[in-house]
Amino acid sequence: MSNAQAEFLKLLLEHGILIDMGVDGLYGRSGVFEDVVERFSILVAAFGKEDKAEVVRFPPGMSRSQFESSGYMKSFPQLAGTIHSFSGNDREHAALLAKMEAKEDWTEDQKATDVVLTPAACYPLYPAIAKRGALPEQGGLFDLYSYCFRHEPAIDPARMQMFRMREYVRIGTQEQVVSFRQTWLERGEALMKSLGVQVALDVANDPFFGRAGKLLSNNQRDQKLKFELLIPITSEENPTACLSFNYHQDHFGTKWGLCTCDNAVAHTACVGFGMERVALALFKHHGMDVRSWPRAVRKVLWGE
Amino acid sequence: MSSTSDRVRSVLKQHAKLSVDAGALADHDDLYAVGLSSFSTVQLMLALEEEFNIEIPDKMLNRRSFESVAAITNVVDTVVG
Repeated sequence: MSNAQAEFLKLLLEHGILIDMGVDGLYGRSGVFEDVVERFSILVAAFGKEDKAEVVRFPPGMSRSQFESSGYMKSFPQLAGTIHSFSGNDREHAALLAKMEAKEDWTEDQKATDVVLTPAACYPLYPAIAKRGALPEQGGLFDLYSYCFRHEPAIDPARMQMFRMREYVRIGTQEQVVSFRQTWLERGEALMKSLGVQVALDVANDPFFGRAGKLLSNNQRDQKLKFELLIPITSEENPTACLSFNYHQDHFGTKWGLCTCDNAVAHTACVGFGMERVALALFKHHGMDVRSWPRAVRKVLWGE
Repeated sequence: MSSTSDRVRSVLKQHAKLSVDAGALADHDDLYAVGLSSFSTVQLMLALEEEFNIEIPDKMLNRRSFESVAAITNVVDTVVG
């Protein structure tokens, strides 16, 4: 499998679709690649338009204290990326430069800043919405789009360390949230089928860390809290999750004090689109030259 | 010496954050219905391992193993052997 991944990556680099940056999972994007991502983003917005979601955009970094409160380190310590900076004096600066010159580890005196790289587009949303107070009767629906970071260097071009996630997040009663997820399970499948790719929906789990993670993963699967829309990119047997549909129950509601209009703990759910993964799936299915993609697919994306 | 299920109840009382008194639970009462969350299950698992000095095998790390006092007692008895 890793051979197929390396070959696909090589092809993408040779065609200038992605640009090597010297680190596995970190790539520059060509205009052609960006155009596909942009067109797909517009398509997603068209599918979600009638729901009138509130658009909210956050930078790809979030508050460290909110990150700490989110519990992310309990579940995914291996994936988190914290931002550290130099905060010493002249002497310490000179020592740092000397270490760098000698190719020694110069990073040990770097200090954690108040910023952590966003692990999922919706993470900064919950505390921001909780601050507004109780939700209106119809609950809340939000449209998010952000670069995210996950520390998992890999040859697989579909497993980038920095990638974009577009999300719709529903916050409200259990009924509102479950119905939202059901709607998007159906929409998501229809959306991807319109792009001429082979899709399969499956129950999934997050990559929770350690033995406790084993238990959380099994719980998540038993309760069917996470579904993924899988599309083969570098392997037919292990297709790649391009969309995910997550029901968090009252996990974030309890954590952040999100309340429905009658003061009950709010439930939350989200649908997430892995923008780079979708674009890669399209290049894999339809070829490296977007001008020769099937007419039906070009019509859906470019309207021509 | 107290029975396994009494010790399980005592661990539940300290670690499971239930909405009811763990001492008053019947053996087969559904713990998820009285507030046992996924994250509390993790705390419960670690506390049980410490209390009984065991390591619960991966194949038993699922929702059913922790669903009631009886289920937990069964897991502990199976692992202790």
